[in-house]
Amino acid sequence: MTEPLLEVKDLQVRFDTPDGEVHAVRGLDFVLEPGESLAIVGESGSGKTQAMIAVLGLLAENGSASGQALFRGQDLMAMKPQELNRHRGRDIAMIFQDPMTSLNPYLSIEQQLVEVCMHHQGLGRREARGHAVEMLRAVRIPDPEQRIKQYPYEFSGGMRQRVMIAMGLICEPAILIADEPTTALDVTVQSQIATLVKEVVTRSNMASILITHDLGVVAGVSEKVLVMYAGEMVEFGTVEDIYARPQHPYTRGLIDSVPRLDRVGNDDLHAIPGNPPNMLSVPEGCSFRERCVHAFDACAEAPALREAWPGHLKRCHLEKAP
Amino acid sequence: MTASAGKPVLKVQDLCVHYDVQQGGFFRQRVVPLKAVDGISFELQAGETLGIVGESGCGKSTLARALLGLIRPRRGRVLWLGEDLVGLNEKELRKKRKEIQIIFQDPLASLNPRMTVGDIIAEPLWTFYPKIARVQVEERVRGVMKMVGLLPNQINRYPHEFSGGQCQRIGIARALVLNPKLIICDEPVSALDVSIQAQIIDLLRNLQKKLSLSLIFIAHDLAVVKHISDRVMVMYLGRAMEVSSAEHLYRRPRHPYTNALVKAVPIPDPTAPRRQEDLWLRGDMPSPLNPPGGCVFHPRCPHAVKRCELEVPPLRKLPEGDWVACHVAEELDLTIVTDMPQVV
Repeated sequence: MTEPLLEVKDLQVRFDTPDGEVHAVRGLDFVLEPGESLAIVGESGSGKTQAMIAVLGLLAENGSASGQALFRGQDLMAMKPQELNRHRGRDIAMIFQDPMTSLNPYLSIEQQLVEVCMHHQGLGRREARGHAVEMLRAVRIPDPEQRIKQYPYEFSGGMRQRVMIAMGLICEPAILIADEPTTALDVTVQSQIATLVKEVVTRSNMASILITHDLGVVAGVSEKVLVMYAGEMVEFGTVEDIYARPQHPYTRGLIDSVPRLDRVGNDDLHAIPGNPPNMLSVPEGCSFRERCVHAFDACAEAPALREAWPGHLKRCHLEKAP
Repeated sequence: MTASAGKPVLKVQDLCVHYDVQQGGFFRQRVVPLKAVDGISFELQAGETLGIVGESGCGKSTLARALLGLIRPRRGRVLWLGEDLVGLNEKELRKKRKEIQIIFQDPLASLNPRMTVGDIIAEPLWTFYPKIARVQVEERVRGVMKMVGLLPNQINRYPHEFSGGQCQRIGIARALVLNPKLIICDEPVSALDVSIQAQIIDLLRNLQKKLSLSLIFIAHDLAVVKHISDRVMVMYLGRAMEVSSAEHLYRRPRHPYTNALVKAVPIPDPTAPRRQEDLWLRGDMPSPLNPPGGCVFHPRCPHAVKRCELEVPPLRKLPEGDWVACHVAEELDLTIVTDMPQVV
């Protein structure tokens, strides 16, 4: 077996807030193999984004993290900022949800792309520019030689997101992390961008982590799925198993909550009742217990993560699938 | 959920809303009309849910505001129970808002943070019935809170103490408190998490059935709209491209734009066949300041013919009862192939 590309061990993320301590990620472990595509699925507040932010050492000032994130055996979380800077962008790149706020409005696209290239790959300005134009072409921005001179406001939302993807991919990182890359976009643009990311990632044999709340997007894009709830992994498996044989009631609920275009009729969606827990005071025992229709006595005790079958993990006391 | 036949409660005829936009430099300044809504007509029956879908900038929210009289239309009529709302002054319009209410997209931003939930929900009552007894108000407020799944003992709390989904329930309670006949929902679930979104959709559908409300449900998510609507109107650059029954629209779209929208929706099933890139729409949506001539969709349409560049296609009725604004609708077969059973 090859060495895993990224191995996250017992990742904990905490935030100090005026209202108390928020334990946003409560012990996350996972492994990403080279070339693998993983989706982290969860609702707002589940800790899915903060976990990745912590791995990259980009937590806000009131945040603190512990645990290990081994990239090719080296612990990113033990590194000094300068050391980490060598990996960020070059080995691991992240695309954020909102393309308008993550591009610098005062700099032309050229300045922003070329800077990354020169910094990480030590290219000269002219080489870097050629590379940047190629990258824009790869993400199908028409007329890249001209458009590279423009500023972010001159691009539509979909085009901006393409620029962000180009920026993420320009150093050919080993891992691309995409945080809700299509949520801010219109439906027709969404499918273009999702397909594009998948295509580029597959072509260069990159590993990818897609962070999303929408299970619908995951189905066509990722191989493995990690479901998070209240800062913990509640289920992990292949995308086929997650959809066909979900083992955790929360995963089941998420799947049922998505309205389907390809089904006749419109029955109730069987939504998950209640609201996600307040992360200031996560309930004792199973964190999903209060919203779970299958909850029973044992759920007062926090369930451990266990194997449903080899390679498929669940954090639930139920013996049979819900 | 079939609509009761008979007289429509709402009849919209050739509604146009234009914004004046300043363009050009200091010496060459001119005012250009932005046609946000450009000749929309439709009817809504009592107890019916009409979905309105379209991408950002298609004019769907402007349409909602124009129906309520929050924006003055340039042209056209909005007939509410036979009476034209467009000509009414502010005072007369206010009276009508007892019957027509709206729910907004951002649940927290649409609630006054300094008012308690009870006061927020009661405010429309005080506005329209200033002499009403306090006990009566409280009873009514508690009643609607229960109806939308809020606990009546939360009546003295403030909006920030609630989650996004609960805030949307407060917005719905406020809309319901006057017993309206029509509620316009402008992207009511797009700011919510998937599981909460499902709760709100189910809530709206059940309230609609129970109170035989008419709903206009505006959203950009087609799956959500399909789930709640009887009929769906598809908008593009201020115009209606298609008005069809929800089932028809998704099984056999009649307009190429509808087809592109429907096929862009990801199917939450890893075993479903993946779509090919050739279904992508060409280019971006053109600027509404300078819409293309002829059919507004023709520059991006894979089926466009010469005629589409020259003539604006009218919205016309097809034998199946659906409406489409496309010159070549009859020649297209845009049937969506899925594994679902074909129900006739």
